[in-house]
Amino acid sequence: MFRILEARFLAPDVKLFRIEAPKIAAKRKAGQFVIVRVTGDGERIPLTIADSNAEEGWITLIVQGVGKTTKLLNTREAGDTVHDVAGPLGTPSHIENFGTAVSIGGGVGTAIAWPTAVALKQAGNHVISIIGGRTREYVILEEEMRAVADEVYPCTDDGSYGFHGFVTQKLQELIDEGRRLDFVLAIGPIPMMKAVADVTRSHGIRTVVSLNPIMLDGTGMCGACRVTVGGKTYFACVDGPEFDGHQVDFDLLAKRNMTYREWEQRKLQEFLAEHGEEPCRLEQKLRDLEKEGE
Amino acid sequence: MARKLTAKERFQIPRQHMPEQPPEVRACNFEEVNLGFDEDLAVREADRCLQCPKPKCEEGCPVNIKIRDFIALVADRKFDEAAKKIKEDNSLPAICGRVCPQEEQCEAQCIVGKRSDPVAIGHLERFVADYERKRGLMKAEPPTEKSGKRVAIVGSGPAGLSCATDLAKMGHDVVVFEALHELGGVLVYGIPEFRLPKEIVRAEIEQLEKLGVEFVTDAVIGMTDTVEELLTVGGFDAVFLGVGAGLPRFMGIPGENLVGVYSANEFLTRVNLMKAYRPDAETPVLDVAGKNVAVFGGGNTAMDAVRTAKRLGAKRASIIYRRSEAEMPARNEEIKHAKEEGVEFLVLTNPVEFLGDENGWLRAARLQKMELGEPDDSGRRRPVPIEGSEYVMEIDMAVIAIGNGANPMIRKTSPAIEHTKWGTIVADRKTGKTTMKGVFAGGDIVTGGATVILAAGAGRRAALAIDEYLRTGRWEDLGQEEPPAEA
Repeated sequence: MFRILEARFLAPDVKLFRIEAPKIAAKRKAGQFVIVRVTGDGERIPLTIADSNAEEGWITLIVQGVGKTTKLLNTREAGDTVHDVAGPLGTPSHIENFGTAVSIGGGVGTAIAWPTAVALKQAGNHVISIIGGRTREYVILEEEMRAVADEVYPCTDDGSYGFHGFVTQKLQELIDEGRRLDFVLAIGPIPMMKAVADVTRSHGIRTVVSLNPIMLDGTGMCGACRVTVGGKTYFACVDGPEFDGHQVDFDLLAKRNMTYREWEQRKLQEFLAEHGEEPCRLEQKLRDLEKEGE
Repeated sequence: MARKLTAKERFQIPRQHMPEQPPEVRACNFEEVNLGFDEDLAVREADRCLQCPKPKCEEGCPVNIKIRDFIALVADRKFDEAAKKIKEDNSLPAICGRVCPQEEQCEAQCIVGKRSDPVAIGHLERFVADYERKRGLMKAEPPTEKSGKRVAIVGSGPAGLSCATDLAKMGHDVVVFEALHELGGVLVYGIPEFRLPKEIVRAEIEQLEKLGVEFVTDAVIGMTDTVEELLTVGGFDAVFLGVGAGLPRFMGIPGENLVGVYSANEFLTRVNLMKAYRPDAETPVLDVAGKNVAVFGGGNTAMDAVRTAKRLGAKRASIIYRRSEAEMPARNEEIKHAKEEGVEFLVLTNPVEFLGDENGWLRAARLQKMELGEPDDSGRRRPVPIEGSEYVMEIDMAVIAIGNGANPMIRKTSPAIEHTKWGTIVADRKTGKTTMKGVFAGGDIVTGGATVILAAGAGRRAALAIDEYLRTGRWEDLGQEEPPAEA
């Protein structure tokens, strides 16, 4: 059992948890994840470690409630426990002083981009952070990013805050301004990462993405998370989750992530019905979920 | 002593049939297929044993169980003593009695088998182990004298459990680290309930807890702690690596990443460990009710997967294997059971490509007929494609069960532990010693994918060597590496 030390919402359905896990906190490097089971009969889900403190023995997870398990987790508060936390897993981010490094986070992807931005800064990079959200309330970790990045550009799809447009448009603007960008890290929904890779490809900017395939054990034992990168198959849990964005077959990843869509929606509906959410909100959520999967 | 029967009388007793669930019933449930001997069946079967002066069966057993003696005890209805006799050499008889390939080991050597059917040694082993467990006769008391030495066991599968058992009995403090949230390794994530009820694995683990063994789940050694850290900050005096062969192989053919193509590990883990077969499960598996499922491979894992698919309601569940049935590595009993349950066997057939629809879902496999050519390095005749024999078979789900490689986690994080080019750990076959002082290894991570009993045997041998190392502190460096004994 792992104790939750702190729990607070950063955005609607996006919750930050500080969890007591001294062993993982001591080991964890940027880009790594843990496998979490909320309850003793729950499913295993991968969650990237957003932050950690080795002295105090905790790690931070930032969770977007999209399915039953993540929504269930988001009902937990400080003092509660989660049943299992295993890790740190995956290959840490490759960090070096590239020069100017752009960290792009879309939605909850910012939570994953944040620790790597910290590491990039520590390695001596000039760090530009682009934070994307549908509306203002979905722009997360701006303060934290401002503490590490040299430049921070929040963007909203509806223009309710910061730059009005997609993160790719902001990136394009920087390129058009003639800024020299040496490295781009893009983490967020699959269409966003694909779009970023498309922007940087013609400019030859090295681009790394963090993939979120379906995982089961998270230790290389099952192959559920296999992805195609440069025509070769890799297991994201041990070979990744970060890969060369210009080589990733995003379409395949998007299709594979749809494998259990029907089942996931049924489980989610059951969960929401049980937890008394209004049906109209429920329908909206399902529509959002479908949109994210596209 | 066994009752006085003449050899002729013994030969006249037919091999006793193991009661089992009828095929049409069991193909719809996940309960154990075999129901086990009762006392009378067991005694009758034991009476078939000739009590050979030089028991060949024992030579056929990878851990040399005193088979003749335990069978004599069964014939005398001393079932509890029979269980103790087996446990002198094998700490997991209830498991091995169910999953060992007896027909290639002890029963292959049985003298009775030269003229008639061999003595059902596996069924008897299972019977006495179940007898002992069900009557609460399993004894485990922590040793009174402790050595003060601490041993870390990495992996809670058959190698780790048997190593832990012996070390704990020798008075060492033993901690078992498991990466998953549940203990048992392949015994819980791989082998299905209908072949090995998990209750049996849990009973074995409870025994170990009574012996004072400590278990830590969610501990991914190599990541959570490295092997070096176990020996330094962890305060362990020795480490045993029994991490198994946990990296599924794929075939490298087009379409293998389509939705609906599973590794056997994934499919079985979803169903066994995560209980996806239950309607209220929190982990999904693709719904195969009324669908066509093809499993590629001819080993026990392939049989487990195809029979699992059948139980999940598959309309058509097929084994597709590139050699002939004679070359299949699976236990005879599994092949027989699969056939009885309606599994189709397409032998001398190999997939060339998986075909998908526009959404990336599997819809068919392009298959090719094979014929057997000259024997290859493994001594088995090599399958050769027949030109122009390709055809398309519609399938909704494919399971790849062609074996496992070694997980790279320890190799990546402990360079001092030498690995072979196959990714397995270089270890002395007798002692399990690796190239790192104080670190031993055994089971599939050394041999490549093999059997439960070989892993358990390696765990026991390593326990002896670890005990000696802990008492003497002597460590001699390893000799030459050997390739894994894998086809």
